[in-house]
Amino acid sequence: MAKKSVLVIGGGIAGIQSSLDLANMGFQVYLVEKTPSIGGRMSQLDKTFPTNDCSMCILAPKMIEASRHPNIRLLTYSEVEEVAGGPGKVRVKIRKKARFVDEEKCTGCGVCVTKCPWKTDSEFDVGLSKRKAIYTPFAQAVPNIPVIDTEHCVYFLKGTCRACEKFCEAGAINYDQEDEIIEAEVDAIILASGFDLYDPSGLEEYGYGRIKNVITAMQYERMISASGPTEGHLERPSDGKTPKRLAFIQCVGSRDTRHKLYCSSVCCMHATKEAILANEHYPDLKAFIFYTDMRAVGKRFQEYIARAEQEYGVSYIRSRPSEITENPDNGNPIVWYEETTARTRTTMEVDMVVLCQALIPSGSTKDISDMLHLSLNNYQFVGIPDRLFHPVDTEVPGIFACGFCQAPQDIPDSVIQASAAAGRAAEFMSKED
Amino acid sequence: MAIPRIGVFICHCGTNIGGIVDVPQVVEYAKNLPYVVYAEANMYTCSEEGISSIKNNIKEHNLNRVVVASCTPRTHQPLFRNACADAGLNPYLFEFVNIREHCSWIHMQNRREATEKAKELVKMGVAKARWLDAQEEFKSEVYQAAMVIGGGVAGMSAALNLANQGFEVHLVEKEPELGGRLLKLNRIFTINKDPSELVESIVKAVEGHSKIRLHMPAVVKAASGYIGNFDISVDEGGKEVSFKVGVIIVATGAQVLKPELYRYGELANVLTQLDLEQRLKDGELGEVQNVVMINCVGARIPERPYCSRLCCMTAIKNAALMKEINPAAKVYVLHRDLMTYGVEFEEYYREAKEAGVRFIRYTLSNPPKVAGTKKVEAVKVYDELMDMELELPCDLLVLATPLISNDDNEELSRMLKVPIGDGGFFLEAHVKLRPVEFAMDGIYVAGSCRWPADIRESIAQGYAAASEAAIPLRQGLVKVEAITATVDPKICKGCGTCVLVCPFDAIELKESKIRGLEGKIVSEVNTALCKGCGLCAAACPNGAIQQRGFTDIQLLSMVNALSGKR
Repeated sequence: MAKKSVLVIGGGIAGIQSSLDLANMGFQVYLVEKTPSIGGRMSQLDKTFPTNDCSMCILAPKMIEASRHPNIRLLTYSEVEEVAGGPGKVRVKIRKKARFVDEEKCTGCGVCVTKCPWKTDSEFDVGLSKRKAIYTPFAQAVPNIPVIDTEHCVYFLKGTCRACEKFCEAGAINYDQEDEIIEAEVDAIILASGFDLYDPSGLEEYGYGRIKNVITAMQYERMISASGPTEGHLERPSDGKTPKRLAFIQCVGSRDTRHKLYCSSVCCMHATKEAILANEHYPDLKAFIFYTDMRAVGKRFQEYIARAEQEYGVSYIRSRPSEITENPDNGNPIVWYEETTARTRTTMEVDMVVLCQALIPSGSTKDISDMLHLSLNNYQFVGIPDRLFHPVDTEVPGIFACGFCQAPQDIPDSVIQASAAAGRAAEFMSKED
Repeated sequence: MAIPRIGVFICHCGTNIGGIVDVPQVVEYAKNLPYVVYAEANMYTCSEEGISSIKNNIKEHNLNRVVVASCTPRTHQPLFRNACADAGLNPYLFEFVNIREHCSWIHMQNRREATEKAKELVKMGVAKARWLDAQEEFKSEVYQAAMVIGGGVAGMSAALNLANQGFEVHLVEKEPELGGRLLKLNRIFTINKDPSELVESIVKAVEGHSKIRLHMPAVVKAASGYIGNFDISVDEGGKEVSFKVGVIIVATGAQVLKPELYRYGELANVLTQLDLEQRLKDGELGEVQNVVMINCVGARIPERPYCSRLCCMTAIKNAALMKEINPAAKVYVLHRDLMTYGVEFEEYYREAKEAGVRFIRYTLSNPPKVAGTKKVEAVKVYDELMDMELELPCDLLVLATPLISNDDNEELSRMLKVPIGDGGFFLEAHVKLRPVEFAMDGIYVAGSCRWPADIRESIAQGYAAASEAAIPLRQGLVKVEAITATVDPKICKGCGTCVLVCPFDAIELKESKIRGLEGKIVSEVNTALCKGCGLCAAACPNGAIQQRGFTDIQLLSMVNALSGKR
C-alpha cells in the first residue's frame, strides 16, 4: 500500500515541525512554501527570548533536516493552486513558480548573485538593505538556489543583460523556464501560513515613514542581528549614529479599537529581548519600554523581565504614548506620553524609537482558506470551531491549522501546535484504514 | 588503522566568528597541522552550501576524519554527523570544535588573541580527530505500547491520540476518577460552560477504548529501561501490576496554591478562586453584593517569581459570573498586569469590563489591605491612576493564586531520570524547539506539570507529546547513542565504584565469561542504558573504563597538542 501523505502549507517553524514529525512517523509530506526558502519569520529574528538563543542557530539544523528527509518533498517558491475532493482523499495542484535557475544544475556557488548589476530592497532585511534581481533571501536559505525576480531583472524588463547566465559555470540559468504544476493526492492537510507585520503607518501619530528614526521591531531585529545589514551595529536611519537612548512602544496597532482589538501575544517579550540585546551591544545605551500590561506568561518570562530591569537597566514605563514628534535640529524622536504614576503629561527625547507593531495573519491565509473552505474569524485568523477541546482542528475533517495563522502565539506554542496538528493528522489517517 | 586524512572546515558564522577571528589565517594554520590534507573556510558551514562542501570534499580528498570549527555541538552536531554519514563516512569520525561560544563571542575585544585561541582550539580538535574510532549505533526494538501518567485532559488527549493510531496505552491515574483539575471547576473560560459534560465525553471515549488499559487509582512505583524498552511497575489499589512500554508521557498536572495572605483560612469570607468555584458548583454561595478579587496572590513575588498564566482569566470569568448572578453587585478585580494574551482572552476581558466589572491595578510595593475583625468588611487599595487610596466594601474576598508544582514531581523525576526546573515543574529538552520532549529519549511531557497551561494548551500539548511519542512507536526501531562507556575486564578489579556512581543504573558487577577470565567479578555496561555521561570513566580507580569518543588517548592528545608535547 502506498504511503499516506500530507500537504503542509507554510514553511515556517510550525510547518517545518509538522512536516518533520509526520515524515519521521513514516508519512509522505509535501511541504509547500511560497517564498524561495523555508525558515519563515523565525529566520529573520536575531535572538529568541527568554534564553537569548540565536534564532538561526537553532532553526538552521531543522531546515536542513527537512530538506534532506527522504519523506519530505520540499516545494519552495510554490503555491497551492487548486484543491478538490476530500475529506480524506484530496487532490491538490501546486504551482511551482519558475526560478529561472535549473535546480539540478545549480551548485549554489552564488556567482550569479555577485555579478547581477540590478538591485532592489531586500524583503528579508525589511528594506534596510538591497538585494539583487537574482537572489537567495539569506545566506542559510534552504534550498540554496537563487531565483530571478522578473520585476527587477533588466533582462526580463528590457531584453538585455544576461550577466548571470554569462558567469554561471554550471549553465543553470534558464530564462525560458516555466512554472510547473505538481499534482498530488493527499490524505490530510496542515495549514501553517504564519503571520505578517501590521503596517504602522496607519498610526499617523507615531510618524512611521515620516520620522526617519522611528523604525519597526522587525527592522530592529535585522539591525541588531550579526548577520544583518549593519552586522549587528545599531545605526539610526537619519545619520547612522549609534543611539544612546532607545524607546520601544508596545501595542502599536494591537489592543487598539481603531486597529486590532487583540493582543499580539509576543511583543512584550520581544521588546524586552531587543532592549537587553541593545544594552549587551552597547553597555552605555539606555532603553525604555512603554507598555500597557507587561504580559510575561511563559516559562522564565518574569525572570527575564527582572533581569532586563536589574542587569541591563531597562526602564518599563506604563503608558501608551499619544504622539511622536521629531526634533528638527538632530532628528531625534520626541515621545509624548502621560506618566501615569506621576499623573503628568511629559515628553522624552530619544535617539531612536522602535514600534512593536501588531502581528496579523499572513496575507495568503485568506486565499488558501477560501480554497480549503475554511472560515476565518473577525481578525482573519483561521477559524477553529472548538478551540478548547480540539485546538488544532478546523471545521473541515482532515484539515488542521497550527501556529500564528490560527491565533497569536510565540515559538514554543507554535511548535506545540505544529506537533499537535501532526498528531491529529496521524490519528485522522489511522481512522481511514 | 588507515593513515588519518583529516579535513577541517572553519565557519565564519557570518560575522559571529568571522568578525572577530581571522578565519583565513586559521585555515592556513590548520592546513599545516599533522594529518590535515584539506582545510577551507565557509560563510556558514551549516548552510546547504557548507554541508555539500563537506560531503564533496570527503569524496574528493578521500577524507577519513572531519573537523568542523564553528558553534556548538548542542545544536549542530547531528547535522554535521549526518553530512559525514551521507558521504559514506562513519559519523563518529567527526570532531566538533567550538570557536564561537568558546572563543569569538567571549573575546570580542581581543581579536588577535581570539585568532590565536581559535588556532589552538582547532589544533586540539585535529589532535583528537587523529585518534577517533568508528562507532556503531546500537539499534533497539520499540515495544509497541505507551504509558501515560495522569488522567487529566492532557493525559487523556495523549492517550486517545495514540490509541486511535492503534497503539496500546496504559493510562495511570492516581485519583479514583478521570478528569483531573477540570472536574473541580464550576465553569470554564472563555466559553462559560460547565465542564462536566465536556469532560464526560472524553472520559467515556477513554474508558470505552479497546486499546486503553486504565490503571486507577494507581501510582507508578518503579520504571527502568530505555527508549523502546521500559519496564513499569504500578501500585493499583494495593496490587502490584507490571507491564512493558516503549514510550512514556508525563502529564501529571499541578495544584492550586493555598495562600497564607489576606487572612485566608482565618476569616470565613476569604476564598480562593477554586473555593469559589466549589461553592458555585454546590449552589452554596447565596447572593453577594460586594465582591473584591485580588490577583497574583503568592505569584510574581521574589519567592515565587513566575506568572501562572491562567489566573487572570479565572478571575475575569468569576467576576463576570458574579455580575451575571446579581447585576447590582459591585465587583472589583485588583490586579498587577492583566495577562489576557491573544484574541479570545482580550475579548473576554473587554466583555467583563462592559458587564460592569471594575479593574484596578495595584503594585507589589503597595498591595491591597484587608479591613475587618470577624470577617472582611472592606479592602483598601491604592489606585495609582487616581493617586488615592480607595476603600472598597467587601462581602466576599476572592484570591487568585497560582498553580504550583505537584509534591510528587521529585519522586517521579528520580524514577524516570527526567529533570525538574524552576518552581518544581518538569524541564523540557529545549524551551523553544523541543517543548514536549524530555532530554531523556522516549519520555515526553504535557500540560501543567510542565508549566501552567489552560485546557486548550494542555490538550494541544497532550496531542503534541503523543505525536512525538508516535515517532519511535511507528519507526519500530530506534538508534541508541554510541558514545558509551566500555570496561576492560582485564584491568577491572570489580570494586563496584562505577556501579555506585552511575546515575542510570547501567552498570552491573557480573562474573566474566571471557576466556581466561572466567569467574572473575567485573563490571559490565549495558550500552542501551548508558547515556555516555562519563562519570564511571572518571571515577574508576584502576583506569579500566574508557568512554567511547572521549578515551584517554583522545583527551591526552588534546592536552599534549595544547602544551606542545608530542
